[in-house]
Amino acid sequence: MIAEIGLAALWLAAALAVLQMVSGGFALRSAEGAPNPMAIYARPAAVVQAVLAVLAFLLLLYAFAITDLSIKLVATNSHSMKPMIYKLTGTWGNHEGSMLLWVGVLALSGGLLAAFEKRLPERTMGATLAVQGFVALGFYAFLLLSSNPFERLPVPAVEGVGLNPLLQDIGLAIHPPTLYAGYVGLSVAFSLAMGALLTKEVNPNFARVMRPWVLGAWVLLTFGITAGSYWAYYELGWGGWWFWDPVENASLMPWLAATALMHSVSVLAARDALRTWTIMLGVLAFSMSMLGTFLVRSGVLTSVHAFAVDPERGAFILGLLGLYIGGAFTIFALRAGAVAEGKRFSATSREGALVFNNVMLSAILAIVLLGTLYPLLTEAFDVRVSVGPPYFNPAAAIFAVPMFLVMAVGPLLRWKEDKPARIQFEMLLVAAVLIAVIALVSFFGNFPLLPLLGLGLAAALAVAAVLPLKGRKLTRVPVATWGMVLAHFGVAVSLFGMACEGAFTQERLAAVAPGGTEQVGDFAVTLQSVTPVAGPNWTAIEARLAVSQNGGEPVILAPQARNFWSPPQATSESALLTRWDGQLYAVIGNQAEDGRWQIRVWWKPFVTFIWYGGLLIALGGVLAIAGRVKVDVKRRKATAMGDARRADLEALGAAAPVPAE
Amino acid sequence: MSQNRLWLWLPLALFAFFAGLAGYMLTQEKDQFVESTMIGEPLPEFALEPAFGGLPGAARSDFVGGKPRLLNIWASWCLPCIAEAPQLEALKAQGVEIIGIAIRDRPEDVANFLGQYGNPYTRIGSDRISEVQLAIGSSGVPETFVIDAKGVIRYQHIGDIREDDVPVLLAELEKAQ
Repeated sequence: MIAEIGLAALWLAAALAVLQMVSGGFALRSAEGAPNPMAIYARPAAVVQAVLAVLAFLLLLYAFAITDLSIKLVATNSHSMKPMIYKLTGTWGNHEGSMLLWVGVLALSGGLLAAFEKRLPERTMGATLAVQGFVALGFYAFLLLSSNPFERLPVPAVEGVGLNPLLQDIGLAIHPPTLYAGYVGLSVAFSLAMGALLTKEVNPNFARVMRPWVLGAWVLLTFGITAGSYWAYYELGWGGWWFWDPVENASLMPWLAATALMHSVSVLAARDALRTWTIMLGVLAFSMSMLGTFLVRSGVLTSVHAFAVDPERGAFILGLLGLYIGGAFTIFALRAGAVAEGKRFSATSREGALVFNNVMLSAILAIVLLGTLYPLLTEAFDVRVSVGPPYFNPAAAIFAVPMFLVMAVGPLLRWKEDKPARIQFEMLLVAAVLIAVIALVSFFGNFPLLPLLGLGLAAALAVAAVLPLKGRKLTRVPVATWGMVLAHFGVAVSLFGMACEGAFTQERLAAVAPGGTEQVGDFAVTLQSVTPVAGPNWTAIEARLAVSQNGGEPVILAPQARNFWSPPQATSESALLTRWDGQLYAVIGNQAEDGRWQIRVWWKPFVTFIWYGGLLIALGGVLAIAGRVKVDVKRRKATAMGDARRADLEALGAAAPVPAE
Repeated sequence: MSQNRLWLWLPLALFAFFAGLAGYMLTQEKDQFVESTMIGEPLPEFALEPAFGGLPGAARSDFVGGKPRLLNIWASWCLPCIAEAPQLEALKAQGVEIIGIAIRDRPEDVANFLGQYGNPYTRIGSDRISEVQLAIGSSGVPETFVIDAKGVIRYQHIGDIREDDVPVLLAELEKAQ
């Protein structure tokens, strides 16, 4: 029954999406002031749809929890002997389940928007909900017509096939749902942008409604990418933290667009400038999310993330992509010219700096997009290429370096117009730190250019990030400003980790007999023994490495080479020794013929700062949301009180005072 | 439409280009195999130990002189290799000399496999670390190469040999004469 109820809920939700779309569309046809009677269904339809879609997802979750092997998806992706946590995460560790999760979050955010957002004019809200319903409808169609997660097997399977062992990891429990929620948050930004464009209501009020969605999506994406990077780092056992793999790029591109959008929407909210640009980025950010889904799911690109791919599904997603993104860009081209120009500003102003960095972010986005799609382009001419770090690193750096420089001084500038001379001292301080660090590091050794620049920029940014607090009473600094300071500081921390990893990593690859010792940096690594061990659904050989730093008390590390038996696959489980100033990363390889074992050990100074920085950036975003919500609640209370007072005055027959805004 | 509004169409144009390209690529046959760039090149120098007691090992010199031969990359742990075993027997029956290279294998497993599925080989070298496999540009098991009498790699067959691949390989051997 579970599967049937789930399927019925999905069909009903799809029907409600149609209602939401049509009813929302009627709102556009309403006369000034008088709401269209047909438009009143959009909001309730969105709310009920959210309940149904979430219910469908919960039912699938339940089917995985009890390992209902009569459902095809469970039988092909789960196994009764799997630990419970991985049974649950297996729900979204496959194509159908993850698409259902996507749709569930999409419907949920549409429902939240419909239920709680009362600030927008009803026409804009109607148009927004219509777009949201239209987007949801496409994904319902995709699920129901080509990826039904509730499909039954004619005869229940005796046992499930199991989940790809690489995915049996706690990182997977949080990483995809976080990214999905982020992507979907961008879908709300997209719907709002289209709604505002259709009704030409692109103004600060609209920006204030859009901002929490963009911020929320951005926080989730930041967190998801950070977690994903750490997962790849310790689970793949290759010792790297970013591989410029198509699937990684697919998550990075929406983040870049969302970062630009978040800053642009703030300018629109605060200064009523950058109207078209904000709309453009709103469309772009969601386009990148959908493009990522397409690249990952269609299999047009080869990636280390081997998802089960299917050209037919790829064609379906491409069709949706064409419909939504092609449609949105067409409307943009037709309507954006009619949006009144926003307020002007001079080049040396905070807006100017933000625009510059928005352009830099977009340029990096273009670089990543080009590098990701280039193999697809050359393959059309039968040339196989693989684009990797030698392209991405320097090409992205060309734009990232000026971006970091402007990021250091931008927050110090005033809105609208400013004289650089006013912040002379701050600029000189940042420049001095930058040059001093680069000079100091180059004095001690010969390092590659990019890590060297990274170290200098990281130090300069760390100083610059806290400069906006200079001369201010810290208790009176708005929460949102703290958010910005923290996020910018996080960028410096992350950059420091990346640069250190690039400049100072030491690596040792050796065949070691039990009892043998290798030296990596300050660490003496002794192979004590290699023993077979067994887990719930795998067997492994485990090396016991005694690691001693500068001859100190040894610590035992136990890297494993695991063999899962359902499905059969080998994975390398790295073992990490975390110190405040870096990580020792150990992997065990094959046994050589003479009984020695291949051991690979890296010492990576400050590598953990990459992810600490990512967390700080996300936390900064959380603070920014908290700050905005606090201000909004205050403003709402004040408006409510003002309304009440006016109503009282009117009741008394006195002339109502005109509100200030 | 005025000049400065033209850029508004740019995103749509870029997107249309991408959609066209992606649509075209989706309809193309996806070729997952990596072809060796060693085709037309002489075999690199190598000399491998015997993979088990029953047959001698394999070296580059074994391919030089006389007639073209097949070089079969396989392993006892590889399931498609079981599927191609009868086809290798068929090639052997046609008088083809097949030299095997067993990848990351153990002598007892090799002997077991040959006992169970037949032995079409005249020699089998043991490549414990895929050294020779990588040197000749093979990315998986099984793969089969046509080597002419001068020791030059002439043709590569990726994957297991099916029934209809047998005449193709025979023709390639003929061409390599």
